[in-house]
Amino acid sequence: MSDHAEHGHDEGPHSTFKGYMTGFVLSVILTAIPFWIVMAKVFDKPSTTALVVLAFAVVQIIVHMIYFLHMNTKAEGGWSMLALVFTLVLVVITLSGSIWVMYHLNNNMMPMSTHDMKNMP
Amino acid sequence: MFEHLDFTKLIFGRLTWEAIPLHDPILLFTFVAVALGGGALVAALTYFKVWGYLWREWFTSIDHKKIGIMYIILGLVMLLRGFSDAIMMRAQQAIAFGGNEGFLPAHHYDQIFTAHGVIMIFFVAMPFVTGLMNFAVPLQIGARDVAFPFLNNFSFWMTASGAVLVMMSLFVGEFARTGWLAYPPLSGIAYSPDVGVDYYIWSLQIAGVGTLLSGINLIATIVKMRAPGMGLMKMPIFTWTALCTNVLIVAAFPVLTAVLALLSLDRYVGTNFFSNDLGGNAMMYVNLIWIWGHPEVYILILPLFGVFSEVVSTFSAKRLFGYASMVYATIVITILSYLVWLHHFFTMGSGASVNSFFGITTMIISIPTGAKIFNWLFTMYHGRIRFEVPMLWTIGFMVTFTIGGMTGVLLAVPPADFVLHNSLFLIAHFHNVIIGGVVFGVFAGIYYWFPKATGVKLDPFWGKVSFWLWLSGFWFAFLPLYVLGLMGVTRRMSKFEDPSLQIWFQIAAFGAVLIALGILAMLIQFYVTWRDREQLRDTTGDPWDGRTLEWSTSSPPPAYNFAFTPQVHASDAWHDMKQRGYERPLTGFIPIHMPKNTWAGIVLAGLSTVFGFAAIWHMWPLAALSFVALVVVAIVHTFNYKRDYHVGADEVVRIEGERTRLLGAST
Amino acid sequence: MSAAMTPTADGVDAPDNLRFWVPGEHHAENGTLLGFWLYLMSDCLIFAVLFAVYAVLGRSYAAGPSGADLFDLPLVAINTSMLLFSSITYGFAMLEMQKNRLRPMLVWLGITGLFGLAFLGLELYEFAHLIHEGAGPQRSAFLSAFFTLVGTHGLHVTFGIIWLVTLMVQVGRGGLIPENRRRLLCLSMFWHFLDVVWIGVFTFVYLMGSLT
Repeated sequence: MSDHAEHGHDEGPHSTFKGYMTGFVLSVILTAIPFWIVMAKVFDKPSTTALVVLAFAVVQIIVHMIYFLHMNTKAEGGWSMLALVFTLVLVVITLSGSIWVMYHLNNNMMPMSTHDMKNMP
Repeated sequence: MFEHLDFTKLIFGRLTWEAIPLHDPILLFTFVAVALGGGALVAALTYFKVWGYLWREWFTSIDHKKIGIMYIILGLVMLLRGFSDAIMMRAQQAIAFGGNEGFLPAHHYDQIFTAHGVIMIFFVAMPFVTGLMNFAVPLQIGARDVAFPFLNNFSFWMTASGAVLVMMSLFVGEFARTGWLAYPPLSGIAYSPDVGVDYYIWSLQIAGVGTLLSGINLIATIVKMRAPGMGLMKMPIFTWTALCTNVLIVAAFPVLTAVLALLSLDRYVGTNFFSNDLGGNAMMYVNLIWIWGHPEVYILILPLFGVFSEVVSTFSAKRLFGYASMVYATIVITILSYLVWLHHFFTMGSGASVNSFFGITTMIISIPTGAKIFNWLFTMYHGRIRFEVPMLWTIGFMVTFTIGGMTGVLLAVPPADFVLHNSLFLIAHFHNVIIGGVVFGVFAGIYYWFPKATGVKLDPFWGKVSFWLWLSGFWFAFLPLYVLGLMGVTRRMSKFEDPSLQIWFQIAAFGAVLIALGILAMLIQFYVTWRDREQLRDTTGDPWDGRTLEWSTSSPPPAYNFAFTPQVHASDAWHDMKQRGYERPLTGFIPIHMPKNTWAGIVLAGLSTVFGFAAIWHMWPLAALSFVALVVVAIVHTFNYKRDYHVGADEVVRIEGERTRLLGAST
Repeated sequence: MSAAMTPTADGVDAPDNLRFWVPGEHHAENGTLLGFWLYLMSDCLIFAVLFAVYAVLGRSYAAGPSGADLFDLPLVAINTSMLLFSSITYGFAMLEMQKNRLRPMLVWLGITGLFGLAFLGLELYEFAHLIHEGAGPQRSAFLSAFFTLVGTHGLHVTFGIIWLVTLMVQVGRGGLIPENRRRLLCLSMFWHFLDVVWIGVFTFVYLMGSLT
């Protein structure tokens, strides 16, 4: 009577031990490798290192989403996935838009070069 | 250490008696008027012993209908404050020519235009829009309340808390002098060391929490609580626009929260996000604040597009033309609103490639809005149009907003914007779309749903008077500003040298007077409605022959909205029910599960106000204490698991029986 | 036409497609998990802004120390593992909740909290050390962005731990009733989300910030 708000079906996602361990092991690997790449200076060019390390981050985020956050297209009738996709689009727009816009603004409007900006008080 | 401990400074921070502006006659007069008026109100409420009633029935209410009404009342009160700022600016600009300094020194004038913008956007338009959505959406979808009724109450009081802080800045200290978006470096600690920008930051941060939670609430409500059979494409169009608006709120307000937090870190901690030296970049603030700011204006207008759709359809006695395209247009606008923000700072120097991209996206976003205008017109075509007051506001909107939108497309062309940016042309443009769109739409919505909320129709005569005064007043006030802008006059100026400009400002001031009379007419309308409430009463619950589910309930609806959850078969569900000979159930009522009232919302918001005030005045111990109290009260609240009750079946029988009696009396 | 309609509430006589109300009680689906997910999405956007600020200002050293000068990657690696362990222990707590085992669940929650505290402790140590070296948030825009982004994440972890303790008390007292299960699921989402953000932080701030 007091909790007839429940319809008797499972609330929330169903986790398994296997799922969590898979996610955990993958995360450990996907964390250890980037740290090693940077600390051991595996690549010559820093830009290569940056890209590789970013790629690992993206993969690990997806691993977390699937194995820990149980992200799938069925959760909440698909609304969870829709909200996530929409948010990701906005995150990309905010990040890339800001970087693009500020790069141009800095180049056109700041009195010194980016190199000088690093080194001038 | 303790010899240097100054207890006055510890308790009062930088608050001193000098903070009270006794030297300024305008403020002093306002303070006395507010004190007397406020005092009289408090005395009257006490004399009539209504505090208990107000606390039980309104302040602690989690009923979306009451919360919606409280939002509207807040918006109306703040409209009077924001409009006083406008009248003062118009008066100053009309007289300050040649040697005449006017009556407002720049120091004061700058606070007025800042406060005008902040109040109108955050404490008039947002509450109005939130209030309409809160009131109407659960009724339209056949639900009993929103998804999170306690959060709803909390959201309202957080908005009110922000408004209180802004109003306090009139009498204790001063307000920001930076314009409503408070660009650094002017808003940084070096150039605005006083409390003004801090009042700005904290009132917006506190109100912002309320708005964000409200956004989450309404999305969850619309997604989860629609009546059976109401698929997405059978929802009322106002509910669709509400859904997209709340998506925008959840997606945009975090940006504002983060940016204001960064500004406050610069001011309080001495970080270098937007400072001139040590690597700061003030342009990043402008970039980020407009990433919020552009979606914000769509948050303001989309609900009113929904109102206009409902009004046009109802008062043309016709299905909305192109429902699906209206939905798609709204969704497209929602997404595109994130791709245009740079058009607010074409002139900051990002260069041709960046400017072209954003100029093009800005022009594209006008297309779905144009589609909506055509759909409204096609709805009216061959309809049986009734020129009730909401329809008048709608037609006024269609003319006014369209012209304002066109000046927006003009401004979207970067080379044109280089001439017109920050001129009075810009001011005219955004007032054109905000007044023509948001304000006219809010008044249409209030008039449309007032009988549902109160059981009484608003007086039509004073409604029409108000409309014509607003419409004519708007054009007299802002057409001259287009002319002045094209002639090169800059915004936010309190004095002018060129006497040939004065006539335009005087015409604009005349327009402001007409609008003032329009507001007065609206207040008279409320009084006359109350006075003649028996003649204006509506007992049917459906005074306009409406098409959506809210009109199937009594006016006002019972607390539980629907004795039985509706089963929906078609869009325009109530119209469908009436067409198919619906008969209201008279027996078989069952107990209804409802949420209880709560004191936690108003207490938490009150503590937030204290925290904000303490943070503004650097009263660190009080700030720490109130923050801890906030956390503790919030945690204590979560230990309350008994938040609901049942409306007994016999009570439902009584309420529905009363409605049966009223319906019988009206036939 | 009205022969098919009955004015009685149970609508027994009326076929489904002609009934305009739901007879009996109707409860809408609970919106808590969706609502909390939406809140997390908004939190994502706050972090997006902070990341954007770090992206734009992250090389403005103002002739002061850079990431390569300051970051102690082994320490960050230990910190990362503390947070990752706390994620898996929360997962174990959820498994126990599914099996309705209250005590083991509380134990795993407690361990999660301890890992979280370890994370915070190490982070506070790092911050104190940087400030002591003259590399505080006021030194340059880069350091302002660093402290704010990493600090905001740390603040979230702090509130998460307070929430965790509160929930442990509430579950201890009230048991695994549906309301508490929902709250535990919300905290689960919150906790894992913080680990997701941390992936962004250690990659974008620490690893890429250490490159010259």
